[in-house]
Amino acid sequence: MSKFRMHLLVCGGTGCRASESSLIVESLKRELEEKGLGNEVQVIMTGCFGFCEKGPVVKVMPDNTFYVQVKPEDAAIIVAEHVVKGRPVQRLLYVDPKSKEHVADSKHMGFYRKQIRIALRNCGFINPENIDEYIAREGYAAIGKCISELSPAEVIDIIKKSGLRGRGGAGFPTGLKWDIASKNKADQKYVVCNADEGDPGAFMDRSVLEGDPHSVLEAMAICGYAIGASKGLIYIRAEYPLAIQRLKIAIAQAREYGLLGKNIFGSDFSFDIELRYGAGAFVCGEETALIHSMEGMRGEPTNKPPFPAESGFLGKPSNVNNVETFASVPVIITKGWEWFSSIGTEKSKGTKVFALAGKINNVGLIEVPMGTTLREIIFEIGGGIKNGKKFKAVQTGGPSGGCLTEKHLDTPIDFDNLVAVGSMMGSGGMIVMDEDDCMVSIAKFFLEFTVEESCGKCAPCRIGNKRLHELLTHITKGNGTMADLDRLKNMCNVIKDTSLCGLGQTSPNPVLSTMNNFMDEYVAHVTEKRCPAGSCRDLMKYSIIVDKCVGCTACARGCPVNAITGERKGPHFIDQEKCIKCGACFEKCKFGAVLIN
Amino acid sequence: MEKLKSLADLKRIREEAKVKLELRVKGDNPEGLVQVKVAMATCGIASGAKPIMDFFVEELDKRGIGAVVTQTGCMGYCYAEPTIEVQLPGQEPVVFGFVDRKKADEIIEKYIKNGELVEGIIPVNYEKID
Repeated sequence: MSKFRMHLLVCGGTGCRASESSLIVESLKRELEEKGLGNEVQVIMTGCFGFCEKGPVVKVMPDNTFYVQVKPEDAAIIVAEHVVKGRPVQRLLYVDPKSKEHVADSKHMGFYRKQIRIALRNCGFINPENIDEYIAREGYAAIGKCISELSPAEVIDIIKKSGLRGRGGAGFPTGLKWDIASKNKADQKYVVCNADEGDPGAFMDRSVLEGDPHSVLEAMAICGYAIGASKGLIYIRAEYPLAIQRLKIAIAQAREYGLLGKNIFGSDFSFDIELRYGAGAFVCGEETALIHSMEGMRGEPTNKPPFPAESGFLGKPSNVNNVETFASVPVIITKGWEWFSSIGTEKSKGTKVFALAGKINNVGLIEVPMGTTLREIIFEIGGGIKNGKKFKAVQTGGPSGGCLTEKHLDTPIDFDNLVAVGSMMGSGGMIVMDEDDCMVSIAKFFLEFTVEESCGKCAPCRIGNKRLHELLTHITKGNGTMADLDRLKNMCNVIKDTSLCGLGQTSPNPVLSTMNNFMDEYVAHVTEKRCPAGSCRDLMKYSIIVDKCVGCTACARGCPVNAITGERKGPHFIDQEKCIKCGACFEKCKFGAVLIN
Repeated sequence: MEKLKSLADLKRIREEAKVKLELRVKGDNPEGLVQVKVAMATCGIASGAKPIMDFFVEELDKRGIGAVVTQTGCMGYCYAEPTIEVQLPGQEPVVFGFVDRKKADEIIEKYIKNGELVEGIIPVNYEKID
């Protein structure tokens, strides 16, 4: 046949590749060859589909059949049944958790129904290693339009009017940033892409780079044209090997086509991009630290001003934007600022990508219009809380953000609303917690992260966060006092006010927001020496209810430290001195006689 | 790869690449397109459904008709294989039986292009039997 009649799209994101999606591609190709269908059906490895919970994903086009949790050995049945006989393989379809029905078309899944994909528009649709597929999706038309029809000032004006704000966390208006950089005169300027995504559980930028690297390259060229820069640098952490590999391929292909390099489209405009690798330090996501790291110096922040737009990389004016921000730029140029600004809320336009993680049914990557509520994200797209547990809180903004509770569920999410309720947008990580999560321990977890990631340059962050972490540990061990809670709060405020950079200024947020929303849990830890969620081991006490104990000895046999004694068919007892609080007796007991306090 | 020196060069590459991606774009938004489903169970394949499917894929494309051609399993009309189901935008699907190349050509030219019904329709009356 002259044309492929069917395309099999296989997710090639890091998550699905870890579950052997490369082997699925090979197996599908082999099965197709064996059946003589190699020239009828094409197998394509794409970027992330987002539904990581159910990966690896295989999508059959044009049928629009969405297979989940596919294994390499399923390739044979997909080819024999679906490709040859047109019968979808029922057991590989997504099962709707509520109706228990098989859903073949992803558009009918709760996970996709409310999503609008702008930054992720090509992820899971094109082969990221083939520049032609990006071009087919109007790729590089935006830079073409800028060079041939628009002046740099007009480009900046479009970005300003679109209302695009920085997706890296702070939400600074992108057009304004470009404007400032364009007005600073210099012989050399730089466009920098911040791909140092460091929040625990966040993978928005990685997925964009893995699934649609050209969109970022094109946007950087547009930015270069707008601010008058001929060089671009992508600062990416070395622990994103797949994203680096795809960027390298993309840059090489763009250079071959002359879409990067000298005299793009025969004009006077020249622009090229290089990669710079980071060692995966959280602080290097801060733009001044990032620039120092690129210069070969220590990844430590410096005071602003001067802002990078004045004096950035090698002292030259530099414009730093995040991956997701860049990924939104080309479509704003091709579709117009009116289109982009019609999506979202009054002050936050467009969409935002979130990485859902934690105790949520549909772990994955989603993109929703600004103004979507947390309830929609967690309960409709995210499919609710795992194992039917009760929702307790959600941490937005990573270690710099705060936790939001039940009462915030109907808040429309945008940059300003999240700040107003005591958290922040951050880069888009969302960690969901259920009733079993202790909020003091959660605060401690994030503090542990900041203590490790603090660069150590300024004292409030270096020493203060360490002390905060010690205090929290003290409390979770049952040694805290009410005075400690005051000290905790006080110290948080000092760190916030006196730290040098964003890392220190925001690191106490998880503590402050959990104290605001869950003060009762902190108080229970210090006054009653009790962890209401039952997760702080040191505060747990296991005992046996004598009336319920039938003397089956199951608990005594299961106890790894022989802390349980008692006669057969008689009541048993736990020796608190010996007990290591492992919970084995609780799991072994079939009569509900083991009590946890 | 040659260098793209102008927007015209980019446009040329885009048009070529679009053809290769068309199938995915159409499959993503099948509404508004002609949808052809070819029954490809054992009975269909044995009666020659495969070459009919290939015929539709190639001819609809050659004749410039925006269509999505997919397969289904057995539709239950094993006596009339190869059977196909054609759904024009906004209309109820119609099933045709005993589709050979000549019939397929007629379906494209008359029904798909002009909405003119042709011989060979399997009436959907199984729901109406009392």
